[in-house]
Amino acid sequence: MHFTLNGRAVSFEGAGSRRLLDVLREDLRQTGTKEGCGEGECGACSVLIDGEVVNSCLVAAGQVEGCDVTTVEGLATNGGLSPLQRAFIERGAAQCGICTPGMLLAAHVLLQRTRRPNAAAVREALAGNLCRCTGYTKIIEAVLSCAT
Amino acid sequence: MFEVTQATEVYSTIEIAKGDVAAGEQAADFVVERTFRVGLQEQLYIEPQGAIAYPYRETGNGKRETGVTVVGSLQCPYYVHRALKRALALTDEQAVVIQAETGGGFGGKEEYPSIVAIHAALLACKAGWPVRLIYDRHEDLAATTKRHPGVISHRTAVKKDGTLLSQDIYIVLDGGAYCTLTPVVLSRAAIHAAGAYSCPNVRIRARAVATNTPPNGAFRGFGAPQSLFAAELMVEHVAERLGMSSVDLRRKWMLRVGDTTATGQNLTESVSAELVLDAALRAVAPNRLTAQPPIRHGRGLSLVFHGSGFTGSGERKLSGTVAVAGLANGTFQILTASTEIGQGTKTIFCQLAADALGVGLDKVVLAPQDTSLVPDSGPTVASRTAMIVGRLIQEAATELRDRAKREPLPLRVEKTYVQPDSIHWDEATYRGDAYPVYAWACTIADVDVDMTTGEVRVTDVVTAVDCGKALHPVMAEGQIEGGSLQAVGWATIEEIKMKDGGYQNDRLATYLIPTALDAPRIRTILVENPYSRGPFGAKGIGELPMDGPAPAIIAAIHDATGVWLDEVPATPEKVLAACTSR
Repeated sequence: MHFTLNGRAVSFEGAGSRRLLDVLREDLRQTGTKEGCGEGECGACSVLIDGEVVNSCLVAAGQVEGCDVTTVEGLATNGGLSPLQRAFIERGAAQCGICTPGMLLAAHVLLQRTRRPNAAAVREALAGNLCRCTGYTKIIEAVLSCAT
Repeated sequence: MFEVTQATEVYSTIEIAKGDVAAGEQAADFVVERTFRVGLQEQLYIEPQGAIAYPYRETGNGKRETGVTVVGSLQCPYYVHRALKRALALTDEQAVVIQAETGGGFGGKEEYPSIVAIHAALLACKAGWPVRLIYDRHEDLAATTKRHPGVISHRTAVKKDGTLLSQDIYIVLDGGAYCTLTPVVLSRAAIHAAGAYSCPNVRIRARAVATNTPPNGAFRGFGAPQSLFAAELMVEHVAERLGMSSVDLRRKWMLRVGDTTATGQNLTESVSAELVLDAALRAVAPNRLTAQPPIRHGRGLSLVFHGSGFTGSGERKLSGTVAVAGLANGTFQILTASTEIGQGTKTIFCQLAADALGVGLDKVVLAPQDTSLVPDSGPTVASRTAMIVGRLIQEAATELRDRAKREPLPLRVEKTYVQPDSIHWDEATYRGDAYPVYAWACTIADVDVDMTTGEVRVTDVVTAVDCGKALHPVMAEGQIEGGSLQAVGWATIEEIKMKDGGYQNDRLATYLIPTALDAPRIRTILVENPYSRGPFGAKGIGELPMDGPAPAIIAAIHDATGVWLDEVPATPEKVLAACTSR
C-alpha cells in the first residue's frame, strides 16, 4: 500500500482491511493519532484524507491507497508549531491532551475553508470531537483567535 | 435492579448530629419535606483504561531484576503499587509503577487501574513477556465504576420569616454489587449534605447499600454533587413555601466566618458564600430575551461549598511526602507522585518551586511519576494536589534555597505533611473539622425548554468560584469550565438505562456526553479569598465545579415551565411527563 503521509511517500505491507488508525500508530509509529472509542463517536483518531476530516478508526487502510493523509504530526512546519497549535497552548485549550490532535485537525480544516468563522461555526466544526476536560470554552476561544 | 431504598445489605452508615432536630421542628411555622434522586454517571475520560506490564524491573544500569513494572494510564501510582505488592507478593522495591501520559481521569482512574495493572502483570509473569492491556470503549463503559446513584430526603423546619430551625436529611447511595471506595464517597456526601448554610439543629443519616449492579466508585465530587443537589433544591422548595426569593433565603442562611457546619466545624477563614453569590449575580444581565413558543427560557441559581483535601484525619494518616532536589548542574527537580491528568499539576508545581527557589521556570523539572524515583505524596484526588502537595513543594523549595546559600549542590529536601494542631476531627462521632478549608461557588444557569419535546438546552452557565488564589488563572478557569460541563451533562443528557443489573447503553454511540454544539457558553469568575495554609492562599477546586450546575439547571427548568423535577438527568421524557401531568 502506498500513500502520502504528512507530505512524504510512505508504504506498508499487510491486509488492507486493517484500521488506518492501527497502521498509523503501529506500523508507521505516528502515535499523535489517538483511539478513544473505536466506533467513530469521539473523534480522537481524526486525520485528514485529501483534506477531509475522517475518523481513522473507521477507515480501512486499503482505502487510502494513493491518498494524501495528514495527521497532527503534519501540522508543525520545520519543527515549529503552527499558529493554531500555539494558540491552543497559550489559551489553555489542551488539558489532558488526548482530544487535542483531533481537535487541531478539525479546527485546521475549518480555518482553511472559513477565514473568519464565528463561535457557532467553530462549535459546528468541532462537534465530532469530544472533549471531557475543557468544557470547549477555551478550545473555541483558541480557534477564534486564529481567524485571519 | 434492586430498589436502593429497600436494599438490606449495607456497606456503611454515617450519622451526623448537631443540636436537637425535634426541638427545631417544634418551634417551626413550616416543615417542608421532599425526596430527590440522582442517576449514574460515567467519567468518560477520552482515553480508556490501559496498562503495560513487564515481568521484571530495570535498575539504573539497565539490568533486569526480579519484580514487575507497570506503566499505565492512572491517577495514583502508589495505589497501584500497593495493589501489585499485595496481589503478587512483591516487596516495595520489586513493584514499580510508572504513570504514562494520562488522557483524563475524573476519579475513574483512582481505583480501577489497580485491577487493570494486576491483570496485565499476571499475564506478563505467566508469559515471561511484556503485556499490553487496553480496554476498548465498550469494555470500559461496561466494566468500570460509575458515579453512585442515590435517593436523598430532606425535612427542613423554618419560621415564617425564613429563619432556618432544623434540617433532617437521609441519604441512600447505591454501591452496586461490590464495595469500592463507597464508604469514603458516602462520607463526603454526608458531610456536604446540609449545604453551604448555617443551621442550629441538623441530623444527617447516610447509608450505602449493595444492589445487583456493577460497582460504583470514585467520580469527581465524590458524593457531594449528589447531596448538594438535594440541599440546593431544598432551598428552592422552602423559599417557594415561604413566598420568598430563594436568593434572599440563601443570604439569610449562608455560612459566614464564625458559623459552624453540621459537623460542628467553626469556620474561621476563607468563607466566601456571600462573595461568590454577589460576584455571580453581578455578572449576569438581569433582563432575559422573550422566547418564541414552543421555547421557554428559564434561569436558576445554586450556592455550594466543597471541602479541599482529604476528609477529617485523612491527610494526617496519608502523611504525603515530596522532595525538591538541587542538582550539580544548577537545575532543580521536583519529586512527587502527584499526577498530571489534565488539571495542570505539572505547570503549577513548577511555578511554585521556581518561585520559591527564585529561579526561572526553565530551571525546574518535574521527575517522572515513577514509584522507584519519587516519594508518596498521596493520591491525585480529593481537590488536594494544589493545596496540600503544592504547599509541601513550596516549603521544600524554600528550605532548599536557604540551604543552597550555605551548602554546595547537589542537595535534596524532603517535606512531609503535618496536620496543624488547630485541626480536630473525631472519626467515631463525626464531629469536628471535616476539612482544612472549603472552596465556594455560585452558579447561574440559563435554559431553553422546548415545551413540545421536553428537550432542555442549557444556553449559558456563569460560575463564580472562590479558589483562594488562582495559581494559574487560565488553567483554573479551564478546570472549572470542564467540570461545569461535566455537571451539565449529568443534569441533562447523561443517562444509563439498566436491565437485569447491567447497563443497556454501554457504548459511546448510546451513552452521550455533551459535544461542542451541546455545550453552553460557560463564563468563569475567579474570586480570591486566600487560605492561610494554601500556597499563596490557594484552595482545591478540582471537584467543586461538579457540584453547582445540576441544581441550578433544575431551578432554571422550573423557572421556564413552572414544574419541579426532583431528579437528574432531566431527560426530555421526564420533563415532558412532568409538564403534562401538571
